[in-house]
Amino acid sequence: MSALRLAIEALSAISLRDGNRPILRRVSLAIAVGEVHGVVGESGAGKSTIAKAILGIIPSQVRVAGGRITFEGRDLLALSTNELRGILGRDIALVPQDPSTAFNPSRRIDAQMTDGLRLKRGFSAKEARMRARALLEEVQIRDPERVLNSYPHQLSGGMRQRVLIAAAFGLEPKLVIADEPTTALDVTVQKQILRLIRALQERHGTSVLFVSHDLGVVAKICDRLSVLYMGKVVEQGSTADVLAAPSNAYTKALLAANPRYDRPDSGLEPTPPEVIAALRAEIAAFDRGARQAEHG
Amino acid sequence: MLLAVVVKRAAMALLTLAGVAVVVFVLLRVVPGDPVAMMISPGASAADIAALKAHYGLDEPLLIQFWIWIKGVVSGDFGVSITLHRNVAAVLADRLPATLELAAAALVVAVALGGSIAIAGTLMRRTAGEAVIDGLNSIMLAVPDFIWALALVLLFVIAIPILPLTGRIDPVLAEGFHTKFYLAESIVTGRFAVAGNILSHMAMPTLALALPLAAVIVRLLKQSLKEAMVQDYVLLARIKGFRELRLVLQEALRNAVGPTLALTGVQFTFLIGGTVIVERIFAYPGIGNLAIDAVINRDFPLIQGLVLLFGLIFILVNIGVDLTVAALNPRLRHA
Repeated sequence: MSALRLAIEALSAISLRDGNRPILRRVSLAIAVGEVHGVVGESGAGKSTIAKAILGIIPSQVRVAGGRITFEGRDLLALSTNELRGILGRDIALVPQDPSTAFNPSRRIDAQMTDGLRLKRGFSAKEARMRARALLEEVQIRDPERVLNSYPHQLSGGMRQRVLIAAAFGLEPKLVIADEPTTALDVTVQKQILRLIRALQERHGTSVLFVSHDLGVVAKICDRLSVLYMGKVVEQGSTADVLAAPSNAYTKALLAANPRYDRPDSGLEPTPPEVIAALRAEIAAFDRGARQAEHG
Repeated sequence: MLLAVVVKRAAMALLTLAGVAVVVFVLLRVVPGDPVAMMISPGASAADIAALKAHYGLDEPLLIQFWIWIKGVVSGDFGVSITLHRNVAAVLADRLPATLELAAAALVVAVALGGSIAIAGTLMRRTAGEAVIDGLNSIMLAVPDFIWALALVLLFVIAIPILPLTGRIDPVLAEGFHTKFYLAESIVTGRFAVAGNILSHMAMPTLALALPLAAVIVRLLKQSLKEAMVQDYVLLARIKGFRELRLVLQEALRNAVGPTLALTGVQFTFLIGGTVIVERIFAYPGIGNLAIDAVINRDFPLIQGLVLLFGLIFILVNIGVDLTVAALNPRLRHA
């Protein structure tokens, strides 16, 4: 087993607005150096909360109720704002979900790509600009000079997502959080973006936490994956193992719900009600156990 | 594209000014009181009054009077002030610089003060500090300029007498100026002691005009900044490890400033209107103070000239604001 980059242990979170409803139920997962780990689940399953907890941007109505996030031997949840700020942008970067809102509309791409390099890598303006140029070439942007001099609204969605990926990997981070990076893109662009992330990740030896609701996408890019349901990990393992022999009925249902282009007549299967019922019973049993542990 | 907009705005401006000219001209002559009534001695005969009216052309039909006046205005002749016996344009040129310097100083103070408080409030959001700022701001929003003027007099003239109550400059120092822009000229020529004296005279009227505008800026800019601070691009910049102040200044401010800028333009025209009362309180020799005298004396040509000048300033400010808003927004610039 190779060295661990990130270890999430028994991470719990609750919603303060919604009667302390659990959002994450003792989630544990580990990402090795150079590994891509997928987190899959339907909306509301808590995928994004995991990403936000790592980045220290948990919204005010959510509270981390327990657990640890160990990165390079340090518990990110125990760091001060200043200490975390030192790690963000240098060791951990984010590829956001929606490239149409992730850019400041009134700053040129140039400024938005180079500011992090100058702050975190100590580059001069000129060095940062050259680095940004090289990065854009690395994500196969043909005329990097034009893109650098553009404002965000002058670029297409796919182009913007490439720029965001280039900017994230350009900081040479050890961990990249990719939060549904292809959801806002159309299907043809999705494939290119996935390939791009995988190529950059392999070239730089970066670890990636890849968050998605789409098991098909995760299967393409991830080495290992965790399936999340109502904030609980219901399945975890190497992608190949999980796809070949899913242990959980919910994972099976998710796989059955994946459209197959090679078999257009096969139809899509909704998750059977008995599977949902079983999952809910499992969650309820877990919550009872947690309450007993608390009071006992 | 931009040129077309400017031409259109200029045409609109001329139309507006023409409307202003008609309204002020008719209003002055419809409301009771005229310059002749202000001038005549109690025992004057009807013949004397008629002679005086004829002297000023006030016996002509309204339309003829208007025609004579507007013909002059178009060729740059605004008539002669009835009370000052001087060319109206020359009187205005004499008095306008004082008001422009006052209004500009008030604008700078309002933007600097309002902007910093709004940014401080944004940095302190969801803390007790923000509540304090909001509370004080609500009070500031409710206090008009002339109340500020009186409060400032109480504070800086009566309680702690450190500021001169009236005037623009110590009369002893008011020599050797080539322009009427006393403050600007004394700074440019390096006469800083004189500039200091002018600033001490301007301090209270400037603050009285600036504080209500600052309050409006705080209210709107802080709201816009808070909305901008939760945008995805600010979040992404935070994840790059930028400090909070840099997030506000570099990411949020420019995108948040549009509505504030537009409103500041509108409010700035109110501020110029406010110079009338504030200049009167501090006996500051600008066009606002002049306007009150002109109205009291029913000095028709001077009032007409003043109203046109105020109208022109309002229009220019609004065009300036629109151009600035457009220049700040790259989407509009490249459209």
